[in-house]
Amino acid sequence: MSLLPIFIFVIFVGMVLWLSFYFAKQTKTSKGYFAAHGEIHWAVNGMAFSGDYLSAASFLGICGMIATVGYDGFLYSIGYLAGWMVALFVVAEPMKRLGKYTFADILDSKFGSKAIRLTAGISTLIISIFYLIPQMVGAGALVTPLFGLPHYVGVIMVGSIVITIVATAGMTSTTYVQFLKGSLLIIFSTVLCIFLFIRGLNTEPDQGGRVSFYKYATIQAQLQEDEIVPVDTSYLKKGEVTNQGLTFLKLSKDGVQSWWLKDIDSKGDIILKETQSEVRSSNGEFFINGRLASKDNQLRQVGNLEKIGGKSGEQAKTGSITPFKFLSYFTDKNTVVKRWKSILFKDGEDKVTVYYSIETPGNKILRPGLQFKVEGSLSEKLDFISLMLALFFGTAALPHILIRYFTVKTPADARKSTMVAIASIGFFYVLTLFMGLGAMSSGVLNLTSSNMSAPLLAKSFGVFLFSVISAIAFATVLGTVSGLLIAAAGAVAHDLIGSFRIISMTDKQQVITGKITAFSVGIIAIILGILFKGMNVSFLVGLAFAIAASANLPAIMMVLFWKKTTVKGIVASIIVGIFTSLGMILLSPSMYASYGLNPDTAPIPFSNPGIISIPLSFLTIVVVSLLTQKRDKVLTKIT
Amino acid sequence: MFSKSSDPENTSAYKVRIGIYMILLYALVYFGFIGINISNPLLMERIIFSGLNLAVVYGIGLIIFALILALTYNSMCSKKEAELNNTFSKKGGK
Repeated sequence: MSLLPIFIFVIFVGMVLWLSFYFAKQTKTSKGYFAAHGEIHWAVNGMAFSGDYLSAASFLGICGMIATVGYDGFLYSIGYLAGWMVALFVVAEPMKRLGKYTFADILDSKFGSKAIRLTAGISTLIISIFYLIPQMVGAGALVTPLFGLPHYVGVIMVGSIVITIVATAGMTSTTYVQFLKGSLLIIFSTVLCIFLFIRGLNTEPDQGGRVSFYKYATIQAQLQEDEIVPVDTSYLKKGEVTNQGLTFLKLSKDGVQSWWLKDIDSKGDIILKETQSEVRSSNGEFFINGRLASKDNQLRQVGNLEKIGGKSGEQAKTGSITPFKFLSYFTDKNTVVKRWKSILFKDGEDKVTVYYSIETPGNKILRPGLQFKVEGSLSEKLDFISLMLALFFGTAALPHILIRYFTVKTPADARKSTMVAIASIGFFYVLTLFMGLGAMSSGVLNLTSSNMSAPLLAKSFGVFLFSVISAIAFATVLGTVSGLLIAAAGAVAHDLIGSFRIISMTDKQQVITGKITAFSVGIIAIILGILFKGMNVSFLVGLAFAIAASANLPAIMMVLFWKKTTVKGIVASIIVGIFTSLGMILLSPSMYASYGLNPDTAPIPFSNPGIISIPLSFLTIVVVSLLTQKRDKVLTKIT
Repeated sequence: MFSKSSDPENTSAYKVRIGIYMILLYALVYFGFIGINISNPLLMERIIFSGLNLAVVYGIGLIIFALILALTYNSMCSKKEAELNNTFSKKGGK
């Protein structure tokens, strides 16, 4: 293992901790701890917004998703950015004008209601925890290739460092960490894309000569007495499994067993295509591609173009290309992309996972459809609409984003910092398309997790870029988790305890309560980060967006734009938003798959709840507010 | 520099109004994108220019459009704030 990644990583973490301890000296009051004294410059805050927002989901998750399902991953980029328009045009200035420490301030600005603070505080806690899970999963994914450490070690490392940051300095240090990290992320992602354009595309990527290109074999097969057997007799057939309409043959050659996918070639002949496999035998042995798993025998990295504009081999090498030309190859129907899928089945007592390749034409890569079945059934179309709705309405309701509006001096500064955020985040999201497609075509993909696609693409340009990108990605997780912990801390100290008057607290006690909360939520996040290992982080963040969009946004918008909104309407809307979105997520096909159950038996037919839960939450606030007009008016007068 | 005293009340109605117009405009373009995807997904494959298809042009276009709207909104708000700030200085500042 190279020492360079460790050196760069230690510098980054050291810098983050130094910032925390430096600003800790200036953080004595609750305004300092929760809102950085409201004195951050709008440009710094704008970049800090980028740092907050460009979390593990954006950098690791979206790039990974684009690398595996093409344009469908880019839909997240489009939706995440669109959400900022709601933040800019609707939420930014009122948030600064009406709020102090938490988003409950804006909801409660007209009412002074304990019930609003309680429900808004709980909502903030739930969303923060849901958003924390993918960050922790991303941290674990980073540590394995960087240091060769297990996933859980990465999660514990992030948790410990972040708890230290948040327990020392709060919002001021988090802001400067985010500013630094957001800026570095955009700079080095741009560098990575420039390297990618200079290298260009070819059909046999070898990571700049570092990893030789592996050509997967295809062998002829034939039917003998209704049984498929290889024509080449040096391969001995050891078994056959048909699962989900696919037939796999277990062949043995030179004592090594491997799995092959049955297919039909253009002439109509039977062929067998080489796959990669993991086999866990009943006696506990673990085989990869037929040999015992070891440090030197791991799954091969994958992802390449079989044809570029109809050409292959030497003829297909593009040399340096422009960004437009780069994208145009992935829209060309004559370009063929080799993508990988996996299937799990039992072979006797052995548990087998086979990774097999499929070829997808370019014109299907850069359009929706590989993950979101826009040409599929009604429920599949609704799932797609639902995701796009949640992304559009979710941003402006995320607690760790909303609290950043309190760190600037004026509402105009809040607006300007949002504009800086839109410019920098928008630019980064365009880069995700290049980084994702670059990973898809550069032979760098990890078959077991898509989350490391962007850092592994960087590795194909050398250890230095990989080390810097990984350290930035790690800092990304640190910064976002810090922001989320402060949002959760504010919700407990300011909303649940402070304003609910469970106990009367001094300013100093509020800060101490905030720090204790940050510690507790940090521990919960560590546990959940370990449990959710392997799930795509962008998908998980999409769910957090759905909860935020359902629970918080209807209440925020109606308080700002509808004079008849009442306390009971707000409370009911938040509760309905939380329960419907959370309930639908837990009963969705994606979660059923993660429970180990058959996704087809899930009671909710789609994975993204927004299309039901957001309108339902809006409807609830309208109906309950209309039903409680008189009573609430009286309550308002009394209080 | 905009004064705190004149900031909120005098300009917020104006900013809310143009904010609503702009979010509706953006939402129209955004949901148009979703509409095409579910009603005629094959249209997204059509090459528009320079070898780029509608999906890429529309998707990146949405990001660029967001930036243009944000800059326009900020410019309009800043202009209005400056106007009111000048009026405030002339009337109350002397």
